[in-house]
Amino acid sequence: MRGTLSDRTGAALLMAPLLLFLVLAYAWPFLGVVKWSFTLPTPGLGQYHALLTDDLVQSVFIRTLRIAAIVTVVSVTAAYAITVVWVRGSPLQRVLAEFCILVPFWISVLTRAFGWVALLSNRGLINTWLQSIGFISEPLTLVRNEFGVIVGMSHFLIPFAVFPLASAMRSLDERVLLAARGLGSSRMRTFWTVFVPMTRSGIIGSAMIVFVFSLGFFVTPAILGGGRSVMIAELIYLRIFQSPDWGLGAAISVVLVVFVGALMALVFRYVKPKQLV
Amino acid sequence: MQQPGRAAEIKANGIGKSFGSFRALDDLTLDIGRGEFLTLLGPSGSGKTTFLMILAGFVQPSEGRLFSDGVDITDRPAEQRAAGMVFQGYALFPHMSVEQNIAFPLKVRKKSATEIKRRVGEMIERVGLNGHEKKLPAQLSGGQQQRVALARALVFEPGVLLLDEPFSALDKGLRGQMQAEMKRLHQETGTTFVFVTHDQSEALALSSRVAIFNHGKLLQVGRPDEVYDRPDNRFVAEFLGEINMLPVKGVKPADNGATGLCEDRAINMRCKAEKVRGDAILAIRPEHMSIAREATAGENGIAATAVASTYLGAATKLDLTTRQGAKVTVSVPNEVAAAALRKGNSVWLTWPAEKGFLLPDGGQ
Ligand SMILES: Nc1ncnc2c1ncn2[C@@H]1O[C@H](COP(=O)(O)OP(=O)(O)OP(=O)(O)O)[C@@H](O)[C@H]1O
Ligand SMILES: [Mg+2]
Repeated sequence: MRGTLSDRTGAALLMAPLLLFLVLAYAWPFLGVVKWSFTLPTPGLGQYHALLTDDLVQSVFIRTLRIAAIVTVVSVTAAYAITVVWVRGSPLQRVLAEFCILVPFWISVLTRAFGWVALLSNRGLINTWLQSIGFISEPLTLVRNEFGVIVGMSHFLIPFAVFPLASAMRSLDERVLLAARGLGSSRMRTFWTVFVPMTRSGIIGSAMIVFVFSLGFFVTPAILGGGRSVMIAELIYLRIFQSPDWGLGAAISVVLVVFVGALMALVFRYVKPKQLV
Repeated sequence: MQQPGRAAEIKANGIGKSFGSFRALDDLTLDIGRGEFLTLLGPSGSGKTTFLMILAGFVQPSEGRLFSDGVDITDRPAEQRAAGMVFQGYALFPHMSVEQNIAFPLKVRKKSATEIKRRVGEMIERVGLNGHEKKLPAQLSGGQQQRVALARALVFEPGVLLLDEPFSALDKGLRGQMQAEMKRLHQETGTTFVFVTHDQSEALALSSRVAIFNHGKLLQVGRPDEVYDRPDNRFVAEFLGEINMLPVKGVKPADNGATGLCEDRAINMRCKAEKVRGDAILAIRPEHMSIAREATAGENGIAATAVASTYLGAATKLDLTTRQGAKVTVSVPNEVAAAALRKGNSVWLTWPAEKGFLLPDGGQ
């Protein structure tokens, strides 16, 4: 819908303080980071060259992309199931689903990560239980590896994945589903051939949010990965705070931001931002 | 509704539907004949969509049974009844092309790829959508979307086609065109059509029978001329078009109907229920009354004065007041209206006995 001129001017005025804040808090400091990447320790493209040749940096990049991709698939799938119940379930199911979605927001990310450690570690709840029923003899390694990281991150991100899905499902015309059934399609078939494709924009929006968030995860991989599954944010931290290699840290940051920017541009080419919320 | 290609015969037996304490449908009994074109007509909220949803199997009736070709289908889920349905607003699959939309019911029925291709092609031809096969619904005009919805609902040869106000979003010209097209599709397919509208002229023009609803009750079912010329009650009489109501006194059964006194003149009229006696309401359509210099003996007629006229092109609508103060509207040739108004004094309103009928409910 197109607003009148004064509408749009009004909206622009309301947006202005937010825009100013974003520029001051993010854009300006980021320009500083860009400058470091080209000037530290010596001016030039040295850091970017190092990026291309450094095996460690590359393996961390690849691991980050892999974990983010898996977390995206896991979170969006789980969130989809929860959202279907939340939006289309019976009143009781709706309340339960809402509870599952909202409770994680009240618990800090640190608490949750340690909670997962307690559950997944060698002497944690799951291993103890599986051993006590004799299902396994040796504890499974569920934590301090990529598996633990994926579990913890997915758990954190599922609630965020719910909202774009919920808005897509809510805006769906109920009659189209009835039409499918009236034409002879079973509930299952209607779900897969009509419901899921019609919520495509929600799936894309949800996946994008989860993927972009995953790329920048720091606390959860640090705790649940146990130093073995270093992700890109942790690497940047290490470069800047532990081995004062500011130039390389800055260069990695710049590449990450450019990558995310390019990804969003690509997605927005195919899906209008309006359809995502 | 189970055998493809064969028109279904449907019986609704005492169907009722409550939403909480609200009665959306009440004790509805209706037979829909094989290959019939039945229109459900009624004002907004009268329960038309609810009844259609019950026929399709999307809504479970609170009481009553539903039969298709003699088989009780009340508990059969919608996907197994497979009535063709065209929804208000079409409900096309937005992510599928025209072709894929129309192919959907055939794919569900696991038809072979060649058969699907052939039948979808035939259907596209039949509804005139050639050249639009690959488009998405959003890229089509309202009329074209309507055709896709019709094609999709007819392609699997359902025993009955249910249509919920399919033309309400179309402009007048297109509406007329689509009505003609639907009539043709009905003749070509021979399928039973159940069509919902709240446009009375559409109902009269299209249907083999019209069922009139109000407040969840079925008031009357009959051929268009039956319900128009012989309405069972005041609501049906008024809903189907403009009508004049005159009080009559001393009604007595007579040959071919009844007699009584209207404005102190003896008149003859038709009536359905023989038991009507005493005071009643006589109803006459405006186009059935004419203006005369005087009423001859034995002819129905009352004296009135012309008060206003509305020029309608082909005819003029003339408003009159009778001697006893009743308001009457007639539709007469333009020059007759002009003459009646010029005279400024009394004229006679006459009508054939068979065009005046008593409302059996006393006009309540
Ligand atoms: N699911 C429902 N829950 C509660 N009330 C309902 C429900 N569906 C319909 N009704 C009520 O039942 C009545 C009949 O509705 P229905 O949709 O059948 O009317 P309609 O004749 O199709 O009207 P319209 O011409 O406006 O489409 C309405 O008063 C409506 O509010
Ligand atoms: Mg309706």
